[in-house]
Amino acid sequence: MQDSLLQRVTTAITGWAVALLLFFPIGWMVLTSFKTEGDAVKSSLAFTPTLASYGEVLARADYLSFALNSVVVSVGGTVLALLFAIPAAYSMAFHPTARTRGTLLWMLSTKMLPPVGVLVPIYLLFRTAGLLDSRIGLVLIYALMNLPIVVWMLFTFYKEVPNDILEAGRMDGARVFSEVWHLLLPLTMPGVASTGLLSLILCWNEAFWSLNLTSAGAAPLTTFIASFSSPEGLFFAKLSAASTMAVAPILVFGWFSQRQLVRGLTFGAVK
Amino acid sequence: MPSVIVLLAWMIVPLVMTVWFSFQYYNLVNPEAAGFAGLDNYEFLVTDPDFWAALTNTVILLGSVLVITVGFGTLLAVLFDQPFPGRNIARLLAISPFFVMPTVSALVWKNLLMHPIYGVLSVAMRAVGLEPVDWFAQYPLASVIAIVSWEWLPFALLILLTAVQSLDHEQREAARMDGAGAIAQFFFLTLPHLSRAIGVVVMIETIFLLTVFAEIFVTTSGGPGNASTNLAFLIYARALLQYDIGGASAGGVVAIVLANIVAFFLVRSIARRLEV
Repeated sequence: MQDSLLQRVTTAITGWAVALLLFFPIGWMVLTSFKTEGDAVKSSLAFTPTLASYGEVLARADYLSFALNSVVVSVGGTVLALLFAIPAAYSMAFHPTARTRGTLLWMLSTKMLPPVGVLVPIYLLFRTAGLLDSRIGLVLIYALMNLPIVVWMLFTFYKEVPNDILEAGRMDGARVFSEVWHLLLPLTMPGVASTGLLSLILCWNEAFWSLNLTSAGAAPLTTFIASFSSPEGLFFAKLSAASTMAVAPILVFGWFSQRQLVRGLTFGAVK
Repeated sequence: MPSVIVLLAWMIVPLVMTVWFSFQYYNLVNPEAAGFAGLDNYEFLVTDPDFWAALTNTVILLGSVLVITVGFGTLLAVLFDQPFPGRNIARLLAISPFFVMPTVSALVWKNLLMHPIYGVLSVAMRAVGLEPVDWFAQYPLASVIAIVSWEWLPFALLILLTAVQSLDHEQREAARMDGAGAIAQFFFLTLPHLSRAIGVVVMIETIFLLTVFAEIFVTTSGGPGNASTNLAFLIYARALLQYDIGGASAGGVVAIVLANIVAFFLVRSIARRLEV
């Protein structure tokens, strides 16, 4: 039984309408970024595209330093989290003990504690340690923030590796390190990659710790964009240009990796 | 398990400090008033109308966003499961908001869409002869809910769509043979199939929604008054704007207790499905 033509046309129209509606704010932002400030407040579609806003945002010397901060802390936080998580997930997946299950659930529940609950102590600790407004501080926070999710995701990927393979490796005399490095990592590379990807996206978009713990020196793009919220900063075109540049890399990233992300995000519970 | 130890230290040390501070008089601008406060901070907190407003707002925000995203997410997942021309591109567009950083989405909504004079919505409303609305002044909490829902709907869609696609087509065919209409199919076949995925969506969204911060920080700053202040923002305001560490810590403890209640139920429902 085939769907009628009418039904199919309705589906297509609804589908596209919903998609365009959801995308509209992003599309409008990109559109506005090519306007002059005068055109930007007019909400009209008739305008001559210009790159002036991009030029002006980039000309502010500090834009690039914010962008650099974003890259450094996201990559740093992700790498650090993976370094801790790979051995942890390995031991939990292949040498489980009676407490493994409890530990895993406990790690997940730490993720549910609101960061505000510990904001004050962290702020004071950072102030004492001189880590406020430093990249190292943010890298540490991001790594720890994502550690539970990263361990969980790696764990679900590792569970799918047959123990026999590692067993065989061990027979051939592989030590723990080379077992992980030469056998497990190559086998689970897609999983590790999508884990890293998700962690990268979370770090890049993180706005709670960066707003509270950095001011100028180590502030990433999220903070830079937030500074546009002040009333005197009401420059729609420049705001749009800066936002577009901040969002574009991760958006394209997300488009290409959406399939792997689903698996990662649901801890393999939905395939 | 080095990471477990690190994580343990990471969670325990600040937690203990929060609890400790919550029993202290500790104000950064008034260092004389220090010492043990007993339950004063808590007493001050529960008698503070701001606190109850923040608590209510937190729950309303969580509840509404969950209902909106899971409800529409399910419908959209079924929609995007149907074949139509350009479906893959439409799907990419639809999930895009998830990848946008919260400060950007908040600002774009605030300035480009909901601005009372220049926003697209006001322009559109004027065009059809309606009086434009100053969204963040008149409906602050609803506006924040709209933004947060827009951010999380794609996430629900992405997860639920994957689940819908794994639905057995023969099963669906069989249901259709038996004369089940589209609506019956949805309720008796698709929805039960999705229950697990919906559980996952609810869990992950709850984790993030309890701590919504940037969207409020950028748009309403919790106002007007306390109309859109949630717990996360209240604690931030107490600690870093009013320098009242003791009071903020007491709020933090309450937030943690609240999260633990939610977490307890969620983790239990997941534990049942976990195969270790």
